Amino acid sequence: MNDPLWLMLLKSVVVFGLTMTLVPALVLAERRVSAWMQYRVGPNRVGPFGALQPLADLVKMLFKEEVRPGGVPGFLFTAAPAIAATCSLVMMAVVPLGGTLEIGERRIRLVAADVDLGVLVVLAASSIGVYGITLGGWASNSKYSLLGGLRSSAQMISYELTLALALLGVLLLGADGTGLGSFSLSDMVARQAESGVWNVFRAPLAFLLFTTAAFAETNRLPFDLPEAEPELVGGYHTEYSAMRFGLFFLGEYAAMVAGSAVIVCLFLGGWHLPYVTPSEVVGVGGAALQAAVFLAKLLAFLFFFIHVRWTLPRFRYDQLMRLGWTVLLPLALANLLVTGGLVAAGIL
Amino acid sequence: MIDERVAFVAFAVVALTGAVNVVVRRNPVHGALWLASAFLGIAGLFLTLGAGLLAAIQVIVYAGAIMVLFLFVILLLNLEAPPFEGISIARGASLLAGAATVALLVHPLVVARELQLPAQPPVPDVPATAGNVAAELFTRFALPFEIVSLLLLVAMVGAIHVARRPRPGESA
Repeated sequence: MNDPLWLMLLKSVVVFGLTMTLVPALVLAERRVSAWMQYRVGPNRVGPFGALQPLADLVKMLFKEEVRPGGVPGFLFTAAPAIAATCSLVMMAVVPLGGTLEIGERRIRLVAADVDLGVLVVLAASSIGVYGITLGGWASNSKYSLLGGLRSSAQMISYELTLALALLGVLLLGADGTGLGSFSLSDMVARQAESGVWNVFRAPLAFLLFTTAAFAETNRLPFDLPEAEPELVGGYHTEYSAMRFGLFFLGEYAAMVAGSAVIVCLFLGGWHLPYVTPSEVVGVGGAALQAAVFLAKLLAFLFFFIHVRWTLPRFRYDQLMRLGWTVLLPLALANLLVTGGLVAAGIL
Repeated sequence: MIDERVAFVAFAVVALTGAVNVVVRRNPVHGALWLASAFLGIAGLFLTLGAGLLAAIQVIVYAGAIMVLFLFVILLLNLEAPPFEGISIARGASLLAGAATVALLVHPLVVARELQLPAQPPVPDVPATAGNVAAELFTRFALPFEIVSLLLLVAMVGAIHVARRPRPGESA
């Protein structure tokens, strides 16, 4: 945290720019991959392979008319998409893109905000992000929106427990007898890099639970009931148009990017290249390699995110609740208990 | 340090504005939102005290989980702002009780001014990291901690008992 101001600004710009580049790329990838999976062509008119399609969509959203239904509270209606987008964008700040870069005297940690709260910041941002969706649903003054917002808040509360408990299971692996290990994602990646064993192999159940809950938290299929289009038109964003809708859209995809980045850091070794000890990777080239490895893992996981959406059908609401409370939550508790026992016995 | 004072005042204003508005607002949804903003202000106050863990928990548990649940229930029941019912004896009595409570709370502050307390509260030299908090919680305060969890369990059992549907043939 002792960076000079210019370095903090530079890091912020890099991380923000990275997220804002990944989001349109992801939107395009979603459309191209779904087309590929369904044996369609997908968008291919704007630019080579349709690469400029997201840009065209953005221009469209910026120039469309902002419609506001009658009788809605103006401030909350406008604030809701902003809350959703902001909370998603904040999460990437604690994700390390690489290890420590040494240039002369200066040691630069390749993470925008190297706070020891780390992953707790992600949890906090995601739990505040619910307000965006819930309030958007309520402030729209429409029954479809309200139902979408209600579903969203119920779903988030239910799956947040599993998310947190699965997270605790991983944090236990960092316990060194002096108290809990750090919450910092940089430290967790560094630990995996030093031992060479990724957490997914030491805590496979936690990985499964965390990933499932992350899908629910980001409202992705098979958990996208807040915007289930056959029943709810558009769900919580039914009444939103133009760039206000664009912000919800941005928030959802940025949350996907951040969620995948956190999973890569927690379970898949972050910037660690297998069979390479971190001390061998030095200098600017090494840092670039680490960032490239991290990005490759991130993109691979995002592909998995997209693949799941176009493979699985949507849950029914009661199935969603039953899965969350009677399957995932007990599993997460049992996982915590067993992991704790194994760590205490010195096996893990 | 001037930065800390500015941050303290800013967060205190957020917390107090939220707290006042929870009581004043008639629309339950607005009240819930102001309460959430009060929680965020308090989380900020924790941060200025160097208790980042508490701040994070305040946001995740109170603002992020409990208030979302409140909001969920308010939206589910579709609560409207109640109409103003005029002044009654009961309202006058509650006003008196409220004023008395405020006086009780303010009184120690007035007394404390004359006591010449140290300007800064004694800050322990151990940082409030997760490890240190856990060490205190599970050694020195293990018994109170367990008692509090038992209390929560009792509340939960009670809530389930109240909420659950009676079985067929069973009187409620």
